[in-house]
Amino acid sequence: MSNSILCVKDVCVDYTSNNSFLFPWERNKIFRAVENISFEIFEGETLGIVGETGSGKSTIAKAIINILKISSGKILFKNNEISNLDEKSMRKYRKEIQMIFQDPLASLNPRMNVGEIISEPLITHYPNLDFKEVKNQVKDIMESVGLLPNQINRYPHEFSGGQCQRIGIARSLILKPKFIICDEPVSSLDVSIQAQVINLLKELQEKFKLTYLFITHDLNIAKHMSDNIMVLNLGKVMEINNSYEVFNNPKNDYTKKLISSIPKI
Amino acid sequence: MLDIKNLYISFKTPEGIVKAVNNVSFNLPKNESLAIVGESGSGKTQLAYSILGLLDKNAEVKGQINYQNKNILSLNENELNKIRSKKISIIFQDPMTSLNPYMKIKKQLNEIIINHNGFTNDQATNESLRILDAVKIQDSKKTINSYPHELSGGMRQRVMIGMSIICKPEIIIADEPTTSLDVTVQSQIMDLFNDIKKEFNSSIILITHNMGIVQNICSQLMVMYGGKIMELGDTNKIFKKPLHPYTKGLLDTVPKIDEDYKKLKTIKGNPINMINPPTGCIFRTRCSNPTNECKQGTTHNALIERESHHWVDQCCVNCI
Repeated sequence: MSNSILCVKDVCVDYTSNNSFLFPWERNKIFRAVENISFEIFEGETLGIVGETGSGKSTIAKAIINILKISSGKILFKNNEISNLDEKSMRKYRKEIQMIFQDPLASLNPRMNVGEIISEPLITHYPNLDFKEVKNQVKDIMESVGLLPNQINRYPHEFSGGQCQRIGIARSLILKPKFIICDEPVSSLDVSIQAQVINLLKELQEKFKLTYLFITHDLNIAKHMSDNIMVLNLGKVMEINNSYEVFNNPKNDYTKKLISSIPKI
Repeated sequence: MLDIKNLYISFKTPEGIVKAVNNVSFNLPKNESLAIVGESGSGKTQLAYSILGLLDKNAEVKGQINYQNKNILSLNENELNKIRSKKISIIFQDPMTSLNPYMKIKKQLNEIIINHNGFTNDQATNESLRILDAVKIQDSKKTINSYPHELSGGMRQRVMIGMSIICKPEIIIADEPTTSLDVTVQSQIMDLFNDIKKEFNSSIILITHNMGIVQNICSQLMVMYGGKIMELGDTNKIFKKPLHPYTKGLLDTVPKIDEDYKKLKTIKGNPINMINPPTGCIFRTRCSNPTNECKQGTTHNALIERESHHWVDQCCVNCI
């Protein structure tokens, strides 16, 4: 076995549509969202996943954190199989695998203040920590993502989009995970704020030795963030290679088409 | 052709008065294409809406929008409807929500021609089919009889574009037409815009925050921040040599595919709150070296023509 942090082997994910309301006797329709996908990520590296809408990028992310069940294949995290684990046994891995979501405001509970949002994973996983310790850790992490510790009692609507995304990043970092899945973390932010968040993610990667799975449809950002890039189309891997090779020497026709459609400045 | 003079737009909200557009003046000559760029909250969309009289009820507008010797702001709803689609048309940002989900594409397209040109239903359908072909929808006969949810995002945006050119308007306003689309679809839509420009001789106002698509389509560029024009001029000139720190920042923040970076350049700080904008120069909270003069300067600073046909905001004229 290799010493990769995450190893995905021949994974397929199917979506089954519910029984039709009008014709309940009809068979369930099965839609294969991703097909035979394999890749490995090593510690401290970033794998970028690029592809168009419906190519299965988010499906892979959901399969890794076990929100979706996979229909075949294996997902290994540090050589332990985590695919299709039940909630209880998955819990110890949840500390190490965290996720940053696309829409910064929608992924924060509007009725909780920043302190509650960021400390929730900590309290869930370490219920015995005392209040002071939790507060200190929250303040530390807020500082490292560029939020002011005195904003701890504010609510999400008082922040701008970029700051909300920082809160989301703080929440994913509070458990000191090794592996973070970023599902289009900057696509709903303004260009000037995008660059700030991208720089923050890179800084944090160096500081905490993080491994990223970085999902995006913006090829410029994918190239800037990733060591390796996987190009997906309609649930199949088109190309997987280091990012220099993908952009300067694309082997696959679809990759070539994607790269040629980037507007040049 | 379109001449905007000293336009102010503000909104009364429970939190206070939002000054969305402050003292904006520019004109759009015939067959020109103008791009408006800026972050969210810079007033681009409200500016576009004001041209068609689409602002919300709590809006207060001052200034002039002159089109064919008429001030659009003084027209009533009936007179506005004669201009909308026929003379000036708009493509909205989100193709998913700007089509009526209960109506077939046919009816939505026909409605416009029947109202404006008095066509019969059959004539209108023929015209609609022709326009769907013009926006390169394959199998237009099938598409015209479908509902919006049966089409993909790119197709819906094509239908929206078709809708906007169906009466051959003189001005097309496109409000972030590709923001919700994939890159490959985006480049197809951009090609389509270039074709339309040639074929229909329309002027285009393209609102976007994507610097890449600006250069492919528009010859003029206007950069907005905090409801004001920061820089205005020829697109190629501005791209080559931006004179305003904000424009330079916007161009620098986009990572380019053929360069390697250790760290991306950023514009520091966050977009301003439009209820309490900073005193003095509006950009000073994000400027890298604001001086005391910037703090004291009037908020009504004007544009200065620093090079021929290249205007910059007064306060920042010597920043770069």
